[in-house]
Amino acid sequence: MYPIPIIAEALINGLMLGAVYALVAVGLTLIYGVLHIVNFAHGAFLTLSMFGIWLLWEHAGLDPYLSILVLTPVMFGLGYAVQRFIIGPAGHGRDNSILLVTLGISIIIENGLLVVFKSDTRTIATDYGFRVIEIGPLLLSWPRAVGFLVTMATAVVVWLILNRTDAGKAIRAVAKEKLGARLVGIDVNHIYALTFALGSACLAVAAGLLMPVFYVNPQTGGAFVLVAFTIVVLGGMGSVTGALLGGLLIGVVEAASSLFLGDSLGQIGIFLLFILVLLFKPTGLFGARI
Amino acid sequence: MTSIKNTLSRRTVLKGAAALGVGVLAAPTVLRAQPAAVKIGLLQPMSGFLSGDGQLASIGAKVAVEEVNAAGGIKALDGAPIELIIGDSQSNAEAGAQATETLNDEGVSIITGGFASGISTTATQAAARYDLPFIVDTAVSDAITGRGLSNTFRFGPSFSIATGIALENLQRLNDAAEDKAKTVALVHEDGLFGSGLAGLMQEKLPGMGFEIVEVISHPTPARDMSNVVLRLRSLNPDLIIPSHYYNEFVLFARTLQQQRVKPKGIYAIFGGAASSYRFVNEYPEAAEGVMDCNHWGMPDHPATAKLMQAVKDEGTFYAYNTPTNYALIHVVAQALEKAGSSDRGALTEVLKTEEFDPTVMPYGTVKFDETGQNQNALPLNTQVQNGDIKVIYPEEYAQADPIFPVN
Repeated sequence: MYPIPIIAEALINGLMLGAVYALVAVGLTLIYGVLHIVNFAHGAFLTLSMFGIWLLWEHAGLDPYLSILVLTPVMFGLGYAVQRFIIGPAGHGRDNSILLVTLGISIIIENGLLVVFKSDTRTIATDYGFRVIEIGPLLLSWPRAVGFLVTMATAVVVWLILNRTDAGKAIRAVAKEKLGARLVGIDVNHIYALTFALGSACLAVAAGLLMPVFYVNPQTGGAFVLVAFTIVVLGGMGSVTGALLGGLLIGVVEAASSLFLGDSLGQIGIFLLFILVLLFKPTGLFGARI
Repeated sequence: MTSIKNTLSRRTVLKGAAALGVGVLAAPTVLRAQPAAVKIGLLQPMSGFLSGDGQLASIGAKVAVEEVNAAGGIKALDGAPIELIIGDSQSNAEAGAQATETLNDEGVSIITGGFASGISTTATQAAARYDLPFIVDTAVSDAITGRGLSNTFRFGPSFSIATGIALENLQRLNDAAEDKAKTVALVHEDGLFGSGLAGLMQEKLPGMGFEIVEVISHPTPARDMSNVVLRLRSLNPDLIIPSHYYNEFVLFARTLQQQRVKPKGIYAIFGGAASSYRFVNEYPEAAEGVMDCNHWGMPDHPATAKLMQAVKDEGTFYAYNTPTNYALIHVVAQALEKAGSSDRGALTEVLKTEEFDPTVMPYGTVKFDETGQNQNALPLNTQVQNGDIKVIYPEEYAQADPIFPVN
């Protein structure tokens, strides 16, 4: 058994990493809640964003946190365009077609990145990558604390957009009743694209928070999206609050299993939890609502 | 992916052809005979997470090829030059086997390299199908030479050879210290290399009076060591014995520094800061005092300075890959001279029976035993002292006395 400060430190660091997982999951669950599709291209979009952050660092010397401000509008626009001009028209309104289109997009992006960047793993070495915050006996990772705070701020912004703006109201209306929304004059295709754009913008923020503490290669996104899918199911498909809390929980579970079982088995706890939720509460912890 | 590989090898062939052209201009005697070049395959991870190692290895091999060709090529083959063909194993075992197939298609007489244990295992097996001799450079898993493959040789020390020597030196180090280390933590990557090494350590350390307080494994690539280091912080071992690849070692050592874990010593076996100038240059504080038992060239051999310069010219940092692959190409050149043929079978036979000069490596004479292992392979112990890498054991190559305990 480890002393209390050691366990506390592991769990807090896990909680803070979980916040970034949650951010990836929020984008995924938002798209599911409104479009009712599982976006298989989510991981590829995350990888793309991480390469974006890396490029800005390597060639423009821009700090990863500042790059978020540059990349978020870019990913927002890209997400909008991809849904409006590719997924929407190519899906012909059928869920299984849409599913395959997103899968196709993810394959194109990943292999495109492979051609451009090869399979090399790239990292960003910042001065603050290993900085710590001392709280009593605890040494907490500085970049992870930043990740936690920025995620919370982003979650508030997403909540405000969904609940306090006309566009947000329209998004919620489309999520609840597509036909009704169309009848009262809401441009459903525009709302779909807007939701997809919002989900993609979340990834740009997540990428900026991840790069100081993580690496990127063309397959990196996949690892996060696997965890994000677990979080979405855990929190309840389509529930933004569920995704946020689910992400934090997963972070803690992962830290605990990696502390007690070793890093090689770090992710086993996540998938055990996943199976348990599927067995005993298939609707997730927070049901399906947005 | 195939197209990328093809472009790469085509480029290499072109470079080889250009080098050949220069050689012909410089030596008119070669022009008259016009012997065909002997193709030697170099299998290294040129891309992927081990690409830094592949680059260093290829620099060493290229210097050796230039030397052999400048000295008139292979005399027993009428001065035939050597043409180096580089195969990219992409840092994974599957692609390593594929690249070996490609090298075979290119008609190489022999392959050298491999670098990592997992890659070398599949690559030597692929080469065995074509009776293509394969000399592994630095991969250490015992299993590589333990499978009865008659084409497979290993130039550097294996696990068992190296751990034996590493532990002997560790005992001497600890015996000489006033404040002796008693508790040990093993941290290793969970592939063939790290797990095998940790297994051997767990067998042998208790018999030497050390208590193993923790064995921690982690995957490669890893980007977070905070939980590993947290466990170490709670146990506070006197000695940490890590075995992982470069990126993970950097991460590990920096996290130790971040979490303020200060053991009496860090004694790495294959893969510490003390065998990489990159680490020493980029993170001098984290590197200071770290010891390593690893492949290493003789510090006072004239080739060492030349290779260090060649590495510097490429804008990167010197490590053991360069001298090992440099020496290996010279061994192959000697084998070609002795065989008087570039035939694969003839080369295998010569490698089994003859002795070779290891040039810059501290191996005395190279003699491959019946399993293909070089009997005289020897790792050196190094330590980072005042921002430089010094050999501390064995005495005949030592540049400095060991500093222990460090903290």
